[in-house]
Amino acid sequence: MMKLTLRVWRQKNATAPGRFVTYEAKNVSQDMSFLEMLDVLNEELIGRGEEPIAFEHDCREGICGSCGFMIDGLAHGPKRATTVCQLHMRSFRDGDSLTIEPWRARAFPVVKDLIVDRSAFDRIIQAGGFISAPTGSAPDANAILIPKEHADLAFDGAACIGCGACVAACPNAAAMLFTAAKVSHLGLLPQGQPERDDRVRKMVTVMDGEMFGSCTNIGECEAVCPKEIRLYFIARMNHDLIKAGIKVRKMSQQAARI
Amino acid sequence: METGTKVGHAAELMDTRFDAGIPPGPIDEKWERHRFDMKLVSPANRRRYTILVVGSGLAGSAAAASLGELGYNVKCFSYHDSPRRAHSIAAQGGINAAKNYRNDGDSVFRLFYDTVKGGDFRAREANVYRLAELSVNIIDQCVAQGVPFAREYGGLLDNRSFGGAQVSRTFYARGQTGQQLLLGAYQALERQVGLGTVTMHTRTEMLDLVVADGRARGIVTRNLVTGAIESHLGDAVVLATGGYANVFYLSTNAKASNATAIWRAHKRGAFFGNPCFTQIHPTCIPVSGDHQSKLTLMSESLRNDGRVWVPKKAGDARPPDQIPPDERDYYLERKYPTYGNLAPRDIASRAAKEVCDENRGVGPGGRGVYLDFTDAITRLGERAIRERYGNLFDMYERITGENAYRVPMRMYPAAHYVMGGLWVDYNLMSTIPGLFVGGEANFSDHGANRLGASALMQGLADGYFILPYTVADYIGRTQPDKVAADHPALRAVEEEVLERVTRLLDISGTRTVDSFHRELGRIMWDHCGMARNDAGLRRALEKIPELRAEFWENVRVLERNEEVNQSLEKAGRVADFLELGELICIDALHRTESCGGHFREESQTPDGEALRDDGHFIYVAAWEYTGSLARPNLHKEPLHFEHVRLVQRSYK
Repeated sequence: MMKLTLRVWRQKNATAPGRFVTYEAKNVSQDMSFLEMLDVLNEELIGRGEEPIAFEHDCREGICGSCGFMIDGLAHGPKRATTVCQLHMRSFRDGDSLTIEPWRARAFPVVKDLIVDRSAFDRIIQAGGFISAPTGSAPDANAILIPKEHADLAFDGAACIGCGACVAACPNAAAMLFTAAKVSHLGLLPQGQPERDDRVRKMVTVMDGEMFGSCTNIGECEAVCPKEIRLYFIARMNHDLIKAGIKVRKMSQQAARI
Repeated sequence: METGTKVGHAAELMDTRFDAGIPPGPIDEKWERHRFDMKLVSPANRRRYTILVVGSGLAGSAAAASLGELGYNVKCFSYHDSPRRAHSIAAQGGINAAKNYRNDGDSVFRLFYDTVKGGDFRAREANVYRLAELSVNIIDQCVAQGVPFAREYGGLLDNRSFGGAQVSRTFYARGQTGQQLLLGAYQALERQVGLGTVTMHTRTEMLDLVVADGRARGIVTRNLVTGAIESHLGDAVVLATGGYANVFYLSTNAKASNATAIWRAHKRGAFFGNPCFTQIHPTCIPVSGDHQSKLTLMSESLRNDGRVWVPKKAGDARPPDQIPPDERDYYLERKYPTYGNLAPRDIASRAAKEVCDENRGVGPGGRGVYLDFTDAITRLGERAIRERYGNLFDMYERITGENAYRVPMRMYPAAHYVMGGLWVDYNLMSTIPGLFVGGEANFSDHGANRLGASALMQGLADGYFILPYTVADYIGRTQPDKVAADHPALRAVEEEVLERVTRLLDISGTRTVDSFHRELGRIMWDHCGMARNDAGLRRALEKIPELRAEFWENVRVLERNEEVNQSLEKAGRVADFLELGELICIDALHRTESCGGHFREESQTPDGEALRDDGHFIYVAAWEYTGSLARPNLHKEPLHFEHVRLVQRSYK
């Protein structure tokens, strides 16, 4: 059994000032997940009449994307390709002192304690993160042949869980990896071609309109991504964006000539 | 039938008030004809009608998006921060469809047959046939949306086989099929949000249903950030709020998955169908300690290549690599040579329990069996196995610290899914007119046991292809008038909700919500889990009301309503589980036969398999809330099997 000292960010609501509060986590078993360690601490806090630490979580299998906070400045903590719900205490040592704080980004305002508002991600998807295929309109599934390599690469982008770690880790709080993953997932598939130019332009426009910063190719996002989504997708999105811009310009020139 | 228990004097009613509404005609023409017979709403009129969709998983997102595309005014509700978090996202293995792309003898009829048989003959034939028919459209729809299903080098879709089937009809997207299907539906939903046909209410939890003048007309919600109790009115309500396996506390469900929406609807008049039909999944990572907050499933697809075994000798504590082959018992292959490791879930779970009860279980506490990939790795190479299951092996290692390419996985069954849910007719409408139920939340098409890769199929069939028609039919037939915002029913429900929230906060007892939930889970698992018997169920029926009484006197929920209050959210859900648990046990007690996931120890074949009692139990048990939790009314919907012959289910 281990004992840990936790400095945890406590903030009542979006407008209240926050502060760090120190807690002792005792009887920590190495088989616990990080969130189970917090569960045990919360049970103790409730017993003492103190408000439990609020954090988001749901599936606890690393796929829903609900959970996530910084542990000692690292999004989702020290283990590669692992969400905080899948991070187990065997990654820490007895006596460790850890600082736990929410994602820090202007586009992700704190809701309470470790919970932030990530609705900006949904708005980016609303702008164009889809293929327009109304229910009932589909051809036979095998009528569209997709080379395995394209399908696999598209999948690598589609694996994004929308947790926001990329934004939190980025010194500029950019949402480029999130947006690029979706642009690439759909842009790599034949079904996604008709809307490809429009999609990337609209999604990037909305992304820029939220409070995210710009990408300066630092690569922190890739390093912390629990699904190991690669920086390559950002380059790909930039390429798509430039191409889409040129196409639009050409088309408007053509239209002017007519 | 014997139901004379102290607590469950279930009045038996062969009921005429509820009718499954199965269309006439040959089974393969029913849905087609019904679609023609259903009323339509003209495109210009659709936006005048408001449809409330509660839940944003596969069924909810698909229904909300499809209804939005049709032009209805849709409001969709999720307690998450984004509809993409819904628990459908965690489904790993795949989705069935009768495409017969493998040329291995699959057909709509075979998928129908397998599903009815897999459900141990306790599902409605007409519903299951429709499900099998629609399975084909689902794959088309999802591919068109850009769901990156696994493909072969020629560019065609790949398939694999799953439990309970001898054909390869399962489509998959690595070990993340649920995620990809949900993201497809989520993207279709967000597209409609962008177009303004759907209004999304996130961080909003439904706490009650408004029934006005005999029809479902609205819901009362709590805003999980501000605590505001609000009403939303509509012309029809669709509940797609998932299952209630968290009644066991430890389950593979997400932490927030709960029964509140369907339970509140039940208490407002919706009958509850087959509540005791719960599914225990055979391959989950075993419990590691008292801190355990949930259990993690390892996809059934692993049983395609993994072999399940335990030592032959009781109490054998040697590490697995030191147990020679002839001292291992590959018990599924031994007992079920035809299906082997791919025996259906209920059967594989019970077999695991049986060997562990014989003290042959492995790992700490002896509650585990090996799932061994050594032979597959020797035959196919580690790379092929990594390609197929890499993410599952990684997850196993993150949780247990063990490398399953080197040592066998340890597995134990865990509560995973519920076949029971709100009773619905062929149109997926409950006994409350205007209240529709889709996905796992309804009592559904899986009978007493669901086959693997069928939940995603059902959720999407309901959402994309059934509810958009049947909800329209309801609107077209009833042409509902607007409900006045000051309707007395509305105010009454709002007040009740607020009163309940206030009461939870005012108790100020000494025990945490989780401690009650854990205790309830233990009672349910011990007495109403993988094996059930009369005495155990009666004990549970004594303990649950006691625990519930203590909860309402001694639970501690700190702070206020007017802010994010996760303890308060949990308290409301656990309060409902404490009521639902009792109904599950009452249902389990009354059904003295074994069938599918419901195994009554008193009813088994000489070799320990589930023994049905078709003479007495070929019906759906639909329970009506009477105002007394201990005395619900039992209504029976008889099941008729015209296309599938009732047999003792055998996978030998």
